[in-house]
Amino acid sequence: MNFLERTLAGFLSAMEHALDAEDLAKTHGLLQRLDPRIKVIGILTLIIGAATAHKLWVISAVFAIALILAASSRVSPLLLAKRVWIPVLLFTGIIALPAPFVIPGRVVWRLPGLGWPLTAQGLLSAGYLVTRVETASTLSVLLILSTPWTHVLKALRVLRVPVVLVVILGMAYRYIFLLLESACDMLESRRSRMVGELKGPDRRRLAAASVGVLMSKTMQLSGDVYSAMLARGFRGEVYLRNDFHTASLDWIMLAVFAALAAGALYYGR
Amino acid sequence: MYIPDGYLSPSTCAVLYGAAAPFWYTALQRVKKSLSTRLVPLLSVMAALSFVVMMFNLPLPGGTTGHAVGVAIATIILGPWASILAISIALSIQALFFGDGGITTLGANCFNMAIVGSLVAYAVYRLAAGRAALTSSRRVVAAALAGYTAINASAFCAAVEFGIQPLFFKDPSGAPLYAPYPLSIAIPAMMIGHLTFAGLAELVLSAGVVAYFQRTNPSLLKLTAPGNLAADEEIAGAESQSMWRTVRPLGIGLALLLVLTPLGILAAGTAWGEWSARDFTNLQAREKMALASQHAVPPVQPPLGLQRLSTLWTAPFPQYAPSFVRRPAVGYALSAMFGSGAIILASLITGSLATRARDKRDELS
Repeated sequence: MNFLERTLAGFLSAMEHALDAEDLAKTHGLLQRLDPRIKVIGILTLIIGAATAHKLWVISAVFAIALILAASSRVSPLLLAKRVWIPVLLFTGIIALPAPFVIPGRVVWRLPGLGWPLTAQGLLSAGYLVTRVETASTLSVLLILSTPWTHVLKALRVLRVPVVLVVILGMAYRYIFLLLESACDMLESRRSRMVGELKGPDRRRLAAASVGVLMSKTMQLSGDVYSAMLARGFRGEVYLRNDFHTASLDWIMLAVFAALAAGALYYGR
Repeated sequence: MYIPDGYLSPSTCAVLYGAAAPFWYTALQRVKKSLSTRLVPLLSVMAALSFVVMMFNLPLPGGTTGHAVGVAIATIILGPWASILAISIALSIQALFFGDGGITTLGANCFNMAIVGSLVAYAVYRLAAGRAALTSSRRVVAAALAGYTAINASAFCAAVEFGIQPLFFKDPSGAPLYAPYPLSIAIPAMMIGHLTFAGLAELVLSAGVVAYFQRTNPSLLKLTAPGNLAADEEIAGAESQSMWRTVRPLGIGLALLLVLTPLGILAAGTAWGEWSARDFTNLQAREKMALASQHAVPPVQPPLGLQRLSTLWTAPFPQYAPSFVRRPAVGYALSAMFGSGAIILASLITGSLATRARDKRDELS
């Protein structure tokens, strides 16, 4: 697969992920029914709970909670495995692999033939890293999969993110798809006109020129967007409509999240 | 480079959010001041672009491919402050909507790549480019250096953040709680990858895009070239230069054809089909026509249509030779000069009329 095909595959997979997330966010699971503000705070406290825990069983317990949340929110384990567990295991697993041999501590086993010592502290350390990353990633992907992105944005206001940044984030998210489509068309048309393989310097020139063209288009686009905004009466001030309503389920779940996070903090000391 | 959740302790994450905050605030104030109401659309679209650029698979020397952050090119085009914001927003979207990179480590990722990356890229680019012309190859080298250094500085920051984790955060048994490797392992492990592949990806992207803009739109490089007083003239010069560069082969080809025009008189026989009505009754001309037509006998009488239309227009220089010129070679050359001159004059007049019409239309709109 050449660089054009790889880039195209990356673009398409990003769009696919976003569409998957939007479809799942529309289903009626437990997390989907929650007020996005409660969900953002709740999941963030659970991530912090997992991040601060100093005991492997506590991190594993938070991971189990994440699995229960996923099951009650109709997020299939297969999707989580594909999007989180396997990629994290491959990336973090490889990083953690030398830890049992490198971290000094009590030797529990020696690698036959080479005689490298395997330490308990090293094993524990690799366990901490992999479990913690798997747990935090599962929780953050659950938030993304169960919440329409417009709601995640508005919920960020609870975390005191300035309105202007929330609006920029929202607009940027929309334009990502426009630019991804534009880049896809550009690369696809180039690929369809290519016979044989390009040489290394030509490939690099093509990639840089593609980014350059996209940049020029983007500068043009920003001018057009600005003119369109001005034409509709934009004067530089931005407002967000706050149309979220909390129900009793939201308060109950907030209490559950708080209790679970407090438990993780307390037992994980 | 993208640090996921779980690699850094919550306190390290908090410190790095704290360290990034003043830069975000200053960047927002500065960009707001310079862009005013353009802030929202420009930053949104540029952040979206940064996100897409991060997904580009760049071909590297040696046949492999790699991803770049695009921090140097964002800094060169937008300036360091807008770049800090655009890259930070792109990283936030990756973490919040696509689940790439962590939420707790977002501050660290923004600090390393958006803040350190943009500021280092800016300093290196300005230092290396100096007051070089916008289209100078020195700027391409400066961009390459800026990209390479910026991404390595970011990687170094990440390596230090990883490396200090086992120093400060261990469980009672002595097992590291977060990134397990000390500085002595974390720094070389991170830097080897970045000094080679990741650094090269950033280098290829930065240099390639700057070289591309030098050819197509040098004015985009103006923002990070202050003190370059001749920038506007240079852009105009570069544009006309690039225009000349494009039409140069055509001009050379035409000039060569003009010079070689008299060679036509050396050609033997007649040009097939370029016969006059009188040639059909002229014996010598009939022989030449037969010779050019593979000995096919031409009709005795000229075709009726040809005979009727041949009197419609009489050329001022029939047979490429005005009547007062005796030598056909001189007449041929004179005709070539006259014909080319007439075409060039007609082109210049048409061009000038079109420019005037466009200027008038621009004034009215």
